[in-house]
Amino acid sequence: MLDLIWLLPTFSLLGFLSLVLTAGTLPKRIAAIIGAGSVGLSFAVAVIIAIQFLGSGEEYFVKEVWTWMSVGSLNAGFSFYLDGLSLTMMLVITGIGFLIHLYATGYMDDDPGFSRFFAYMNLFVAAMLMLVLGDNLILLYLGWEGVGLCSYLLIGFWYTNPENGYAARKAFVVTRVGDTSMAIGLFLLFAQLGTLNIQDLMYAAETQWAVGSGLAVAVSLLILGGAVGKSAQLPLQTWLPDAMAGPTPISALIHAATMVTAGVYLVARTHILFELAPTVQLLVAWIGLITLLMAGFTALTQSDIKRILAYSTMSQIGYMFLALGVGAWSASVFHLMTHAFFKALLFLASGTVILSLHHEQNIFKMGGVRKQLPVSFWSFLIGSLALTAFPFTSGYFSKDEILLAALELDGPGLWLWMGGVLGAFFTGLYTFRLFFVVFFGDNKGHEPTQEVGGWNMSWPLFVLMVGALLAGFIGLPLDAVFGGHGEEEHDVSALIHGIMIAAPLLGIGIAYLFYYSKTFSVDKLMASPLAKSLHKFWFSGWGMDALYNWLFVYPFLWLARINKDDLVDKLYAFVVVLSRAAHAMIVKTQTGYLRWYALSVATGLVLILTLGVLL
Amino acid sequence: MMLLFYLAAAIAVISTAAVIVQTNIVHALIYLILSLLAVAVIFYVLGAPFAALLEAIVYAGAIMVLFLFVIMMLNLGQHTRDEERSWMTMQVWIAPSIMAAILLAQLVNVLSQYDQELTPVRVGVLEVSALLFGPYVLAVELASILLLAGLVSAYHLAKK
Amino acid sequence: MESIPIEHGLILAGILFTLGLIGVLTRRNIVFVLMSLEIMLNASGLAFIVASARWGHAEGQVMFLMILTLAAAEVAVGLGLIIQVYRRYQTVDINVLSEMKG
Repeated sequence: MLDLIWLLPTFSLLGFLSLVLTAGTLPKRIAAIIGAGSVGLSFAVAVIIAIQFLGSGEEYFVKEVWTWMSVGSLNAGFSFYLDGLSLTMMLVITGIGFLIHLYATGYMDDDPGFSRFFAYMNLFVAAMLMLVLGDNLILLYLGWEGVGLCSYLLIGFWYTNPENGYAARKAFVVTRVGDTSMAIGLFLLFAQLGTLNIQDLMYAAETQWAVGSGLAVAVSLLILGGAVGKSAQLPLQTWLPDAMAGPTPISALIHAATMVTAGVYLVARTHILFELAPTVQLLVAWIGLITLLMAGFTALTQSDIKRILAYSTMSQIGYMFLALGVGAWSASVFHLMTHAFFKALLFLASGTVILSLHHEQNIFKMGGVRKQLPVSFWSFLIGSLALTAFPFTSGYFSKDEILLAALELDGPGLWLWMGGVLGAFFTGLYTFRLFFVVFFGDNKGHEPTQEVGGWNMSWPLFVLMVGALLAGFIGLPLDAVFGGHGEEEHDVSALIHGIMIAAPLLGIGIAYLFYYSKTFSVDKLMASPLAKSLHKFWFSGWGMDALYNWLFVYPFLWLARINKDDLVDKLYAFVVVLSRAAHAMIVKTQTGYLRWYALSVATGLVLILTLGVLL
Repeated sequence: MMLLFYLAAAIAVISTAAVIVQTNIVHALIYLILSLLAVAVIFYVLGAPFAALLEAIVYAGAIMVLFLFVIMMLNLGQHTRDEERSWMTMQVWIAPSIMAAILLAQLVNVLSQYDQELTPVRVGVLEVSALLFGPYVLAVELASILLLAGLVSAYHLAKK
Repeated sequence: MESIPIEHGLILAGILFTLGLIGVLTRRNIVFVLMSLEIMLNASGLAFIVASARWGHAEGQVMFLMILTLAAAEVAVGLGLIIQVYRRYQTVDINVLSEMKG
C-alpha cells in the first residue's frame, strides 16, 4: 500500500487535467465532484498510507516512480520520500485541502469560473504534494514553482479587475526574488556536494562541512532567501496582504494553511544545513521575531477582515521561523499543523461572513451579526481562541513549546522570548478587536441575510472547529526526523508559565475594553497627531511597499527610461538609415522598362564573361 | 561543302542584321525566314538533316506564319512604320552595339582557343528518334505538356 | 568530305546571338522584340547542332528539338500577350508597359 504513494499527486493532477481539458463545459455538479473528490481520494489514500507507515515503525520510506532527468552525475527522478515530516505535511495538505475544496463548492457556487477555479485548486494540491513528498531538491523545486504559479493564477482569479492582476503579479515577482535565491542555493549545493537527493545531501554536508564554514553559511542563507519569499517573512513579506485579492478559499488553502508554510517546511527539511551555520539559524529566529511583531502592529490598524487575517498569518509564520531559529524543529512543524487548522477555520468563517454581507470586507461596516450568523460566530470564536493561544486550545500547546524553546536558548533567548510574548499579547488584541467589531455592537448598514451555504460549507467549519480545539493533543511522529529534538520536558517556573498564559488574555481584555464595553474610546486615543501618523505608518505595513518602490521600482523605471535610446538601439537605427539610403539609390534602377532590365542582364553577362576571360 | 557552309553563314548573318534594322515589319519577317532557312542549310551541311527539315517546317513555316497572322490581326499600317522610324535614332543603338561588340569579342576570344576540326557525320532520323523514344522519353512528355500549356494559355490570353 | 573548323560554327552562333541581343535591346516594338528573341533561341539551337556534329552524336539534335518546342510554346504565349497588350493600350510600344517601377 505504501507503494501507492504516487497516487496522491496523481489524483489531483488528473482532476486538474480533466477540468482544464473540458474548459468549463462540464456541469457544475460534476466539476465539483471532480474537483473536491480528487482531493478527497488523495486524503483517503494519505490516511491509509499514514496508518501503514506508522504501523510499520520504519523511519522513512522511499518510492522511486521514474527517472525524470539524468544528466551527468545529476539524477533527478520522480521519487517520493516519506517520513514523519512529509507525512504531517501530506495529511495537512490533503485533509485541510479537502475540507477547503468542499467549502469552496458552496462558496464559488455562483461564480462563472467555477470549473477553472477547481482546476487551479487541484493543480495546486498536486504541486504542493510534489513539494513535500519529493525526495530530491529538483522535484521539490518543481512543486515549489508549481504552487507559486497556482498562487499567481488564483490571486488573479477575478482577472477582470486590474487590481487583482496587479496583486497577482506582485506576489509572483516578489516570491520570484526568493525563488532565484533558492535556485542559486541549489546550484551551489550541487556544485559542492554533487547530489540533490535531500538525504544524501544532508549526510554529505554533515560529514564534509565544518560547523560555521563559509559554504554552509552561504547555502543556508540562499535557501533561507527562498523560504522567506514563499512564507512572506521579512524582507519579502509585502506580497501576502495583497494576495487577499483572491477568493477566500484560496486565502485559506494557499495563503494560510499550506503554501506559505512551505518555507517552514523547507527550512525544517534542510535543518542540518542550518545547524551547520548557527549564525544563519539565529538570523532565522530574528527574522521570525521581527516579522511577527511588525505584522502584529500592522494587523492592529487594518480594517479589511481578510487583510487582518493575512497579517496574522505572517505573524504566526513568524512564530514558526522563531522556532526554527532556536532549533525547536518539532515545535515549528507542530505550530504549522495547528495553525493550518485554526487559520483555515478563520478564513473560511470570514468567507461566510463576507458572502452573507454581500462581499463586504470592511469590518467597520459589519457589526452585530452574531445572531444571524451563528456558525460563523462559533467558528470565529474557536478560531480566535486557538490563534491567541487560549489555554488548552491547539494554539496554546504549540505556541507554548515555541516560546519555551526560545527561552532555553543561551544568549539572546530571553529577548526572543520577550518578543514572542509581546507578539502573543498583540495577537490577542488584534484578533479580538476583529472578533468584537464584527460580531458585536450595532449593525452598520449591512442587513445580513440568512447565513449562506448548505452542508458543504458548514461541515468543513465544524470539522475545523474540532481540529482547532483538539489538534494540540496530537503527537507528531517527528522524533526520527529531527534526531531527538522532539518533545522535551521544559523545566521552567510557574511565573514564566503564568506570563505566557496572561499575555494573550491581557490582549483580549484590552480589546474587550476598547471594542466591546467601549470603556475606552479608540477615537480619543487616535486624536493625537502622533497616534495618527503612527496609525498611518502601521496601516501601510511599516511603509515597506513605499520603501521598496523607492529602493527598487523607481530606480528600475528610471534605468529603463534612460536606457530607452541606448547604444544598441543606435546600432539598429544605423542599419535602418543605411538600408533606407540603399533603397533610395537602388530604386532608381527599377525603371519599369523591359529593355532596361534586358540591358542589365546583358551587362551582367558581359561582366561575368570578362572575369572569366581575364582570370 | 565548306563553301556551302560559309555561304549560308553569310546569308544568315546578313539577313539577321536586316531583320533588326528593318522598319517594315513584314519585310523584317521575310528576312527572318530567310535567315532561318540559311540556318537550316547549315544544319544540313553539318550532317543533321532531320533538324534541318524541322527548322524549315516548324520555324520558318509554322512559327513565322503565326507571326504573320498576328501582324495581320494587329493591322499595323503606315503609321507604325513612321513610328518605327522615329524610334530608330542613333543614340538608341550606341550602348547595345558596344556591349554586343564586347560580348562577341569575348565569345570569339574564348572560342578561338578551340582548335578542332569538325568532320560532319550524317546523323539521321533513326538515331535521333531512337534517343527521343529511348532515354529521353520523359523529356518528350514534358515537352508535350509544355506545348499543351502554351496552347491553353495562348487561347486564354488572346481571348476577348 | 572536307572538314569545317568547329569554332567557325560556334562563332556563327555567337554572331547570330549578339544580333538578336541588339534587337532585343534596341527595338521598342514588341513584335520586333519577340522576333529578336526567336533569333537568339535559334542561335543557341545552332550551337547545339554544331556540338552534336563535332561528336557525331544525336544528343545535340534532341536538345535542338527541345529548344524548338520551347520556342513554339513561347511564341504562342508571347503573341497572345501582344494581342492583349495591343487591345488595352492600342500600341505596340513596349515603353508603355513601365508601370511596375520602384
